[in-house]
Amino acid sequence: MSEPLTLAVPRGALFGETLDILDAAGVDTSELRGDSRSLIFETEGMTLVTMRPSDVPTYVEAGAADVGITGKDVLLEQSDRSVYELLDLGFGRCRMVLAGPVGSDRLSEAAGSLGMMRIATKYPRIAERYFESTGRQIELIEVKGSVELAPLVGLGDGIVDLVATGRTLEENELEVREEIVECTARFVANRVAHKLRAVEIDELTEKLREASGR
Amino acid sequence: MIHPIPPGTRDVLPGEMRELRRLQAALIEVFEGRGYGEVATPALEYDEVLRRGGGRSDHAAYRFFDESGELLALRSEMTVPIARLVATRYGQAEPPHRFCYIAGAYRAVSPQRGEMREFLQAGVELIGAEAAPGTVEVIDVLEAALDAAGLASAVIGLGDADLYRDLLSEFGLEEEARESALARLVAHDLVGLEEELEAAGVAAERVQSCLTLSQLRGGPEVLAQAQEHEAAAVERAVERLRDVNEALGARPGGHRIQFDFGLMRDLGYYNGVILEVYDPAVGRVLGGGGRYDGLMERFGLDLSAAGFALYLERVQVARAEERRRGGGDR
Repeated sequence: MSEPLTLAVPRGALFGETLDILDAAGVDTSELRGDSRSLIFETEGMTLVTMRPSDVPTYVEAGAADVGITGKDVLLEQSDRSVYELLDLGFGRCRMVLAGPVGSDRLSEAAGSLGMMRIATKYPRIAERYFESTGRQIELIEVKGSVELAPLVGLGDGIVDLVATGRTLEENELEVREEIVECTARFVANRVAHKLRAVEIDELTEKLREASGR
Repeated sequence: MIHPIPPGTRDVLPGEMRELRRLQAALIEVFEGRGYGEVATPALEYDEVLRRGGGRSDHAAYRFFDESGELLALRSEMTVPIARLVATRYGQAEPPHRFCYIAGAYRAVSPQRGEMREFLQAGVELIGAEAAPGTVEVIDVLEAALDAAGLASAVIGLGDADLYRDLLSEFGLEEEARESALARLVAHDLVGLEEELEAAGVAAERVQSCLTLSQLRGGPEVLAQAQEHEAAAVERAVERLRDVNEALGARPGGHRIQFDFGLMRDLGYYNGVILEVYDPAVGRVLGGGGRYDGLMERFGLDLSAAGFALYLERVQVARAEERRRGGGDR
């Protein structure tokens, strides 16, 4: 018989709600909830592999995982990866925004006088596409860590980042200027697995659809 | 001394070369045995000729000027070069024409993805044979090729290239909205597709119908299920696939076939029945093809046509993996 379906589970911000929805869909996640350092968990009829959300499209595209859950922000940033996006799971809702220092018009000044804004971000492709589509030129500065730091110390006029509650922005005296896109968790599938394991994947999709209340 | 080669290219050493040659010989034996004569065409063509393929088939990535200023391109696949060859050399000859090839092709790759920019394709082109019988002959050759390559578990997905363009037109979508929705379908982004169709003012039940249809795949029973979605475009696609299914049913084999109403190929020249090849051992598509009845006309010959191409490197990987798993899932 064929091997169990492999599902990529995102660690980090989406982890808890991902486990909840999997439970609701009848997938046993109790082992993942322990403090095990393992990355791979065998449950009944399914193998769960845990990874960073941004690695999910990589594993799913290559077929190392048949299906997976990750944020729309990750999918947008890696839009060249061909994975099938089957379902909006509705949780992990947050916004991709352009933010600048509170009460400062550095952003518009930069756009006005230089004709160009300097934008720091962890999402260079989303930022680039957004400003291109709105007809503005930017100098993109890619950072890996806390992007809120950048405008505070003069690395860039503003940031493009993911905001859930807005508290981090507030604490760093930044405010939302423009909303780019709203992001939620998505259920994705490898394109070959979607064809060859149609019944299993359709069943799981249906269960997740019900569990997500959509 | 280390002298690098460009990413996405590779050297083949004797051990692998022997295996690759055996695989190629087995495939050519199948093709020639069914009357498909092997041809070779230049890897370099005039860019203008390759562009006649239209749509995304002109995605030759490597172009340059020769010493007299002509724009040349490295071919990105073999169907267009063979269409050129048939139009030029066989314009007066009585169709059908049957050709096969094993040839290198070139495409741009996304960095760090393990994709090849130079890769080998093995395939056939059947030019001047009418729809259902021609399609079935090509599927037949493909099944024999997969057998010969030792891919016991490989599956052939059959779909229809015109289905969604026609269906979305029926829904009243204009050029721009339609192309944008089609791009979502090609990427299989169902969430985005739903949003886009709703934004375009398509009625909720039609949106759901389109989404459900794109998830419909399986044995011949899905042909009847598809018909529950009442639309002329669906009717036409079902009819074509049913013709193929009936013709397939009249011969042995056929266990590899999956009907798939979500199948889309992004090469611009396809129309009618299209196909893709999958193997459980490999996460990527092994090959594809279908009908391209309009392509020959762009080269001045009014002939219907069909064909397929397999990516040989992926076939090799799938074969090794199937062997490792002990003869596949079956």
